[in-house]
Amino acid sequence: MKTFRALLASLSIAAAVAAAGSAARAAEPAPEPRVISIAAHRFAFEPAEIHLKKGETVRLDVTSGDVSHGFFQRALHIDADLAPGKTTPVLVTPGEAGAYTLICDHFCGSGHGGMKMTIVVE
Amino acid sequence: MGDRGSRRDFLKIAGASIGFGALYRAAPGLAAGSPLERLIARKNGEGVTPFSFVQLSDTHVGFEGPPNPLGTKAFERAVDVINGLPERPELVLFTGDLTHDSEKPGEHADRMRLFRQIAGQLRVPKLFMVPGEHDAALDGGTLYRDALGETSYSFDHRGVHFIALDNVSRGKPILGAEQLAWLRKDLARFPATAPIVVFTHRPLFDLKPEWEWFTDDGDEALKALASYQNVTVLYGHIHRENARAIGSSTHYAGRSLIFAFPDPESGQPKKPLPFDTARPFQNLGLRVVGEGGPRPAIDEVELGIQEYAGTVGSQQFRKEADPQ
Repeated sequence: MKTFRALLASLSIAAAVAAAGSAARAAEPAPEPRVISIAAHRFAFEPAEIHLKKGETVRLDVTSGDVSHGFFQRALHIDADLAPGKTTPVLVTPGEAGAYTLICDHFCGSGHGGMKMTIVVE
Repeated sequence: MGDRGSRRDFLKIAGASIGFGALYRAAPGLAAGSPLERLIARKNGEGVTPFSFVQLSDTHVGFEGPPNPLGTKAFERAVDVINGLPERPELVLFTGDLTHDSEKPGEHADRMRLFRQIAGQLRVPKLFMVPGEHDAALDGGTLYRDALGETSYSFDHRGVHFIALDNVSRGKPILGAEQLAWLRKDLARFPATAPIVVFTHRPLFDLKPEWEWFTDDGDEALKALASYQNVTVLYGHIHRENARAIGSSTHYAGRSLIFAFPDPESGQPKKPLPFDTARPFQNLGLRVVGEGGPRPAIDEVELGIQEYAGTVGSQQFRKEADPQ
């Protein structure tokens, strides 16, 4: 019986240690995504083209330098509002390779229709 | 004059009945005041009686540039064409971008006034309009409302329910939760057979999102309309013809009256098609909606050089193939 209790105790300790290890792993911060800064202003994004890797999560820090803009790309699930003078973080994890046209979808004046950039996923 | 003759025949037919779907198909040629006609009228509200109407779009009053150095000439010619139709339409619906935006103080208001002045020449009983983003997106529709009225509303005409939707004045291509709630409430009083015409600026579906040819919450509007059997949606924005059936609704884009965009499937960039001095109104025009069978008849009218030159020729009305 003593042997059984000792075994039970050791198993409990082992389980506790395992749980603690698991919790420690869960608490580990995820690796920081690569960050690309993008400037938005009437009527362009800069840079006008960026390159991403398929499956890689990237944070796009998009700063509007003047008025409200949109930041929209349907297939990449990007749909953000850019407030004037603020930086908006946008996480993206491309699933498919290709060249995607991203547009400003918040009307910002007569040149609005040409405000776009290209995201190339390799 | 042969084409003009066939057009007159079309409009004569259009005058015989207006075929908005099941209601007309169920009871063609009903005698006015007959018991069945009264029964249908009670069910749908007002009974459907014959009429035709016109869609005009994207006049962009105030636009200046190489894609169209003639400014409002096409709009003015369209007004003349409509006034010359042998059967006068009862309504004209404008589907947005009536004016081109301007940030110079007072200039956009001047353009609104010029739009009203030209549209006021139409010898048509009623004009209705919705804004495009060039009219209403920069100021949330304030100037538009002052000059031209509300941006969304509904009305009934001869048994057809018309709904004007605003998918531009919130800056982004959305209708918004408040307008969608209003739409659902507005529709609730109609039976599934009611003929419904929605007119708006942007397409309510994803036509070409990377060209901003979509409405982000348009699917919510389509859900609200899905249980109605006779829905026609007219829109502008894309500066070219397009027809798309979605469930029981059919969506038609109207030509612009300033310049045309290329076919989005052609691989060309989204740039206005170049102005052609030999055919200055190429790809510009209007739409006449009238009698049909299962669906209203859609008649595309391209403005021709003969009209611009003031001459009358066999190409005065160039009918396009039915997009259906």
